[in-house]
Amino acid sequence: MKKILSLLLAVPLAAMASGTPHLDKAPVNVKDHESLQRGAAVFVNYCLNCHSANYMRYNRMQDIGLSEQQIKDNLLFAAEKPGETMTVAMRPQEAKEWFGATPPDLTVISRSRGPDWLYTYLRSFYRDDSRPTGWNNLVFDKVGMPHVLQELQGHLAPVMKQVKGEGGQVHAVVDHLQLVRPGKITQAEYDALVGDLVNYLTWMGEPAQTLRKNVGLAVLLFLGFFYVVAYYLKREFWKDVH
Amino acid sequence: MEKLLNWVDARFPLTASYKAHLSEYYAPKNFNFWYFFGSLALLVLVLQIVTGIFLTMHYKPDAELAFASVEYIMRDVDWGWLIRYMHSTGASAFFVVVYLHMFRGLLYGSYRQPRELLWIFGVIIYLVLMGEAFFGYLLPWGQMSFWGAQVIVNLFAAVPFIGPDLSEWIRGDYVVSDATLNRFFAFHVIAFPLVLVGLVVAHLVALHEVGSNNPDGVEIKKLKDADGHPLDGIPFHPYYTVKDILGVVVFLIVFTAIVFFAPEMGGYFLEANNFIPADPFKTPEHIAPVWYFTPYYAILRAVPPMFGSQFPGVAAMGVAVLIFFLLPWLDRAPVKSIRYRGPRFKIALTLFVIAFVGLGVLGILPATTLYTWIARGLSVIYFAFFFLMPWYTKTDSYKPVPERVTNK
Repeated sequence: MKKILSLLLAVPLAAMASGTPHLDKAPVNVKDHESLQRGAAVFVNYCLNCHSANYMRYNRMQDIGLSEQQIKDNLLFAAEKPGETMTVAMRPQEAKEWFGATPPDLTVISRSRGPDWLYTYLRSFYRDDSRPTGWNNLVFDKVGMPHVLQELQGHLAPVMKQVKGEGGQVHAVVDHLQLVRPGKITQAEYDALVGDLVNYLTWMGEPAQTLRKNVGLAVLLFLGFFYVVAYYLKREFWKDVH
Repeated sequence: MEKLLNWVDARFPLTASYKAHLSEYYAPKNFNFWYFFGSLALLVLVLQIVTGIFLTMHYKPDAELAFASVEYIMRDVDWGWLIRYMHSTGASAFFVVVYLHMFRGLLYGSYRQPRELLWIFGVIIYLVLMGEAFFGYLLPWGQMSFWGAQVIVNLFAAVPFIGPDLSEWIRGDYVVSDATLNRFFAFHVIAFPLVLVGLVVAHLVALHEVGSNNPDGVEIKKLKDADGHPLDGIPFHPYYTVKDILGVVVFLIVFTAIVFFAPEMGGYFLEANNFIPADPFKTPEHIAPVWYFTPYYAILRAVPPMFGSQFPGVAAMGVAVLIFFLLPWLDRAPVKSIRYRGPRFKIALTLFVIAFVGLGVLGILPATTLYTWIARGLSVIYFAFFFLMPWYTKTDSYKPVPERVTNK
């Protein structure tokens, strides 16, 4: 029975994956240091066991208002130093055997996937017994990653609906996800937690982004002033051209 | 000071060169908006060379290290992010400026006699620039770098008989690999820039030999005053140096706005997929070249394979670029500037611009049946602009060209 069900599920879900799923807007604000710090804690506790952030140094988190001591005490495992990058002990070969694919490095994941995709993805895991991990995802069909945050979010199950395909045959697709087993926190709290995490990932994708915008403003102000000077200089010289 | 200058001048034509190319180089006084883009192209060239030198100090041309070294520049090198964004934005800015510079040539007939060689140098610069951009795009070693290079190098495999060997020779391997990255690095940082700078010098020498064209297409050297200076000419320095400074400031306002506030430019200057390290085993769903190549990419895809070979498409793409060389001889009009040309040329040029931009947009989009047919139509217009030019410029009506330049 289970096999038939999973087969029934697999077909429409594969069809769905080809279309672009709706993405929720991620609450990103890289100037909100408290949110970034909460996100960093979630990242270190839940993501950094399997995913690396090989280009990100721990002590860069001084940019989001943490002291080196705070980073050492709260975010580092014993053997690491603050100047090191966020590596993982798991070997890529092992990871491939366990999950079917090596978990990608997350340093610049926000720049390839985009914050909205990450925000939706992390909230779209659902129970699917046809998958080796028991989990599937609405925006990433047949994903190798299990729902790492399930103890927080709880379990979601798909609610199906019947749709007429192009050929006129009726098949089932996922209409929405429904909470079947509550987690440690409410869904609203979970959304906020994922929001913080995605905010952190967005910041980590380009830690210089706040500085970049501040410098940019100064540069544009200077150029605006220089434009006036250049304009009058040109006008002065060109007075005698007729 | 004057003694020192005399000492130098006796050994090197310093004052003479300064006079010949700046203070006594007479340029037409009626340059308009379109005449900013030559000096801006020179500015971008210098920007790319200077930022490139600093990037080379930290970049590692090694398939294992390249992607990480770019992120190292973005994070750990002081102001590295700024240098990198200036370089990546500069690449796109170069093509914007060069395309507008070439369009100016089309508008005012700047390729016509006696400026054919000046135009030919310019077209070679454009070709070398395409190679330079293509080689540079592989260096960050992201997914788009890798697969873009794979697609373009495979085009050479479509050449009859020698194709497969040719593409393998370019790559230095059976697939794009560390060997390819190393040689592309060599081409990008030394071979092509060297050629580029040499060609730019030749372009400027040729320009200063024949003198600049202008929006009226009038030869200012025909009418001279008692001192032998063109009546409608003004010394490049100080008049055009101060005017170009104004152009530079406006350009920099746009340029820095992108560098500081939208360095990815919505995925057109830095593509999202290029933030994923190159993976030879995972083909991205949709591979598109960077925007400045898309008009030619659209032409390539528009031509169907013939006799089981992709070569016709590749050939069409090649002809689409190389046809610019023939422009001075395709144009049979008695006047240079669009101001004195008739409706046929104006319609042809308008259609050409629509075709070029349209193909550029289609080259970014996936090739659906409908889009492919639109691309075919636009490709026909693109080629018709050149191939029918002898006919429509000969039969067009023309207005009389004034003796002196006008100040519009």
